[in-house]
Amino acid sequence: MFDSATHGDPGVVYLDNNATTALDQRVLAAMLPYLQAQYGNPSSGHRLGRQARAAVDRARQQVAALVGVHPSQVVFTSGGTEANNLALKGVAQRHSPGLMASSVVEHSSVLAPLAALQGAGWELARLSVDADGRLLEESLQAALARKPVLLALMAANNETGIVYNTGPVAQQARDAGAVVLVDAVQAAGKLPLDFATSGAHLMSLSAHKIYGPKGIGALVVDKAVDMAPLVHGGGHEKGRRAGTENVAAIVGFGRAAELAAAELEARRRRVGELREHLESRLVAELPGVAIFGQRAERLPNTSFFALPGLDGETLLMTLDQSGIAVSSGSACGTGDVEPSHVLMAMGVEPGLARSAIRASLGKDTTRDEVDRFVDCLKAQAQALQGLGAMACAVSG
Amino acid sequence: MSTNIQRPIYMDYAATTPVDPRVAEKMVQYLTPDGEFGNPASRSHPYGWNAEAAVEDARKQIADLINANPKEIVFTSGATESDNLAIKGVAHFYAKKGKHIVTSKTEHKAVLDSCRQLEREGFEVTYLDPEPNGLIDLAKLEAALREDTILVSIMHVNNELGVIQDIAAIGELTRPRGILFHVDAAQSAGKTEIDLSTMKVDLMSFSAHKIYGPKGIGALFVRRKPRVRLEAQMHGGGHERGMRSGTLATHQIVGMGEAFRIARAELEKDRAHITRLRDRLYDGVKDLEEVYINGDMAQGVPNVLNISFNFVEGESLIMSLKDIAVSSGSACTSASLEPSYVLRALGRNDELAHSSIRFSIGRFTTEEEIDHAISHVRKAIAKLRELSPLWDMYKEGIDLSQVKWAAH
Repeated sequence: MFDSATHGDPGVVYLDNNATTALDQRVLAAMLPYLQAQYGNPSSGHRLGRQARAAVDRARQQVAALVGVHPSQVVFTSGGTEANNLALKGVAQRHSPGLMASSVVEHSSVLAPLAALQGAGWELARLSVDADGRLLEESLQAALARKPVLLALMAANNETGIVYNTGPVAQQARDAGAVVLVDAVQAAGKLPLDFATSGAHLMSLSAHKIYGPKGIGALVVDKAVDMAPLVHGGGHEKGRRAGTENVAAIVGFGRAAELAAAELEARRRRVGELREHLESRLVAELPGVAIFGQRAERLPNTSFFALPGLDGETLLMTLDQSGIAVSSGSACGTGDVEPSHVLMAMGVEPGLARSAIRASLGKDTTRDEVDRFVDCLKAQAQALQGLGAMACAVSG
Repeated sequence: MSTNIQRPIYMDYAATTPVDPRVAEKMVQYLTPDGEFGNPASRSHPYGWNAEAAVEDARKQIADLINANPKEIVFTSGATESDNLAIKGVAHFYAKKGKHIVTSKTEHKAVLDSCRQLEREGFEVTYLDPEPNGLIDLAKLEAALREDTILVSIMHVNNELGVIQDIAAIGELTRPRGILFHVDAAQSAGKTEIDLSTMKVDLMSFSAHKIYGPKGIGALFVRRKPRVRLEAQMHGGGHERGMRSGTLATHQIVGMGEAFRIARAELEKDRAHITRLRDRLYDGVKDLEEVYINGDMAQGVPNVLNISFNFVEGESLIMSLKDIAVSSGSACTSASLEPSYVLRALGRNDELAHSSIRFSIGRFTTEEEIDHAISHVRKAIAKLRELSPLWDMYKEGIDLSQVKWAAH
């Protein structure tokens, strides 16, 4: 099950699994026939079409099983971004403009559609977090008192890895009459997820975060929720999302979901131990290191930390030159030099936030790779601090 | 010449196409752990940079097929999404300028349903009737344009009929009036010439899986000179210059790029091959009585041959042709038993609309498959007509339109 890390150049260490994951070979094997002989359009009535339709149906069952729902509750989309857009705008379209509530640490694929809705007359209530990234109760109550149409809360944050126990929050939101969106894109495959327990009316998922292909995701829906489609034409997905189904990707998503469900505990345990090892070395060997969200429950694979005084972007570059792939905050936001909105929301001082590095381990990451990362980090930190140590070289 | 034809014989290329093996090979390089699986938006490591480079190469390959600037290509999840983005994106952005849109009754559902959604939002849409051969009369189109028209959307090649609209001429009508022109080119890219350096088209939708690329990826051309603005429909991390957010699926994009590269290189060759086979197919059935072409062979792509066989019911014919994968009407609407809305828009009566078959062939179709198809079709038509009382009446010279049908 645990293939030795075969990604790219054997000298390179990939620790950016929250950005994206390598396609599991078993997922690729499931997909290939649908990029070759099995090319039917599932809407076609002939045999090739019906076979494609059957493959889509099977995959839908596999994705449904990952979160404990009926297959008819799964709407395939082109990814997590689209799933969040569909949830937010689809619900908004069925109401006259009112209030939407979300935490301040949501992913841009939630915050940006909300900003767009704001431009169209909707008001936004923002749920603040404390220094440990936990939702502030007063903030939540204040928002609920204003009777939001929808409340969005992620199951786990992509940058800090902090896990949000959405169940109790969702129950209160439901009592206040709100529709609940749970962005489970990062949590799926890393933690057990159950749609009912989460309290979600709508839940977003993405394949490329769980060793599946890019370009496919899903919105899991409570069918009682009134939601307009965003993509019209042809009536696919029971009128919820038009467009010829990306059969190969759907099949891949299904297989990835199946594997994630089957291997969840083993992956969780293994990667959790590696993260602990990583952080104990950081604390022991890099004095002054600040680990974000440490006091909260976190995804088992994520370590978001900062070495005070060292510019994160510079450190990233030098790490990269030494063959280590990590990131500072989310992939989407790179290209600008603003510190992470998540860290800002947690009250982290901007200078420290700019030093932030995120290592997100994968199911196939080895202990050796973790050690190489820390060794290299130490060497780079010393070099950047002008203490003259040799920059590390990651040899094959 | 092989005697091992894959059964059923696939003649539904307009619904979807097999992925060209060269495309699949290229894609796999971006799907394996040894390959380039990075998130193209990751700025901090080669995984991301290499993925980004591959995306930009593919963007150029797509731009090259249509003679556009790579910066004018926005990746989407397919032509359906491109159509939605173009139509809703333009309508919402330019709503203060005007709220009238002109399109045709024969557009793909992705265009029609997007227009219907806009109607629900207070926009006004004119749906032009085509001529009997499926083409839009330019004088009628011009007459429909108003002061408050902000968008015209006319597809380049119709998916059911194969007819080619004169989009160059339409652009000459819209541009001087400051009206934006969107073209759904899902069925035309790689099949007939598109030159956006001369055609005054402002937005154009593309699909990969109609030209031997993978499903789930498409593009929208958004002109930069003169600059076209639109309201994004997918918000998030600001990808594609803010026009379409969402992690780019590198392997999908690479596949689309390769498919477009091949299409450009092999357009003439494909067209000659497909024309020859289409002519062969038509010659093999045209001598049967009461056979009508839907569309216009002279002004259509050879990939699509839409034929009505009078006095034969379409679904029965398709069932008799179980060894040939074809369709009656488009894939998207084939779930319902309604006759094709495209054929109805041409003025075909219900009977003829119900008795139509769309044969759509492609790069991998062989002469042998055509000959088998001809043989099957002839046998099936003969058998079904033999069983058809309407055929008997026709043969006896009875004018069916004069018959008073009694209810039982």
